[in-house]
Amino acid sequence: MKVVLRTPQKEIRELAGPLTVAEVLAALEIDPDGVIVARGGELLTADALVRDEETVEIIRAISGGSG
Amino acid sequence: MKCSVCGQRAQVEVRRRNQAFCAEHYRDWFVSEVRRNLRRHRMIQPGDRVLAAVSGGKDSLVLWDTLARLGHRATGFHIQLGIGDYSRRALEATRTFAAERGLELIVVDVRQSFGLTIPQLAHVTGRAACSGCGLSKRYLMNRVAEDEGFNVVATGHNLDDEAATLLGNVSHWQTDALVRQGPMLEGREGLARRVKPLYSLTEREVAAYAFLAGIEYQHEECPHATGAKSLLYKEMLGKMETRMPGTKQVFLEQYLKKIQPVLKSGLPEAEVELKRCERCGSITTGKVCAHCKLWDRAYARAKKRRLLPEDASFDPAPKIHVFGEAAESK
Repeated sequence: MKVVLRTPQKEIRELAGPLTVAEVLAALEIDPDGVIVARGGELLTADALVRDEETVEIIRAISGGSG
Repeated sequence: MKCSVCGQRAQVEVRRRNQAFCAEHYRDWFVSEVRRNLRRHRMIQPGDRVLAAVSGGKDSLVLWDTLARLGHRATGFHIQLGIGDYSRRALEATRTFAAERGLELIVVDVRQSFGLTIPQLAHVTGRAACSGCGLSKRYLMNRVAEDEGFNVVATGHNLDDEAATLLGNVSHWQTDALVRQGPMLEGREGLARRVKPLYSLTEREVAAYAFLAGIEYQHEECPHATGAKSLLYKEMLGKMETRMPGTKQVFLEQYLKKIQPVLKSGLPEAEVELKRCERCGSITTGKVCAHCKLWDRAYARAKKRRLLPEDASFDPAPKIHVFGEAAESK
């Protein structure tokens, strides 16, 4: 699967699927409480399954100031 | 995971509440939380004029969006800080948001108003950029609110911001800041009421709402935020939250409920006499406010370095640009 990281710099990673969102975040050592995970126009919960041919986007939620 | 309301596939899990929601019910839940905060703390009263501080980031645009959805047509207030492309993109996101929704927006450009950008101010004064930036933002928010007749200033502070501030204040036992911290600070003469309608919602919940409501915000972090203490506090609280969902909420809410009243009653009454700054007329505790002192010092040094002409003098009156409804009706 293709994982697009926006944390906030854009970076692309490849992982072998299928994996749950929780497994994707664990593999990339990302704190699940600091990000949201999207597939297309939808958000995914930790138990959602991501297939090998799919692309997900990990968007950082934590910022330094009160923007 | 299923939506707690309709049983459809959930898109957002709110672990601290042991709930999950589909897109539609998440948006409903989020807006109802903001409504609850506004009512619980009587943040906005009928007839109030609300100025929403908007940076172009997710928190402030979500604040502006939810206020509008709840019938509070706040005017946005954006400060152009002059931090290169970061500031340009922030203004672009803010103006696009306002134009798409027909909302009024006030913009003040720090360089156009005062002669130097925030990075230039930091450079000539030798102070950290965040220090001059914070001071300029506070000054401009109060000044523009007073000059333009707004009695409420709303900011996009979320639960992570508030819990991180509390942790920072507790770790240094800043009692003066601890007694003032809260979702609402009542206004006084020359100072608008300050409200934080998102204070009970986590940054992740705000980001999820922004995504599901289709809000295009600036994702980029301020280049000066690198290494900020607030990020360290957020990271530490985030680790606790992952292990113990609800930690941030309990930390903040129980402080406000149980500890702050005791702290307030135990401290001597320290009502500081407020005056008008001799230089700019804003509310301050001394003869000249901290903002005027900072900029006077910056001007003196900038002239020595020939960054400003010899005859330049600091004028504290901001140059205001209005976009949207009021601008069109003028």
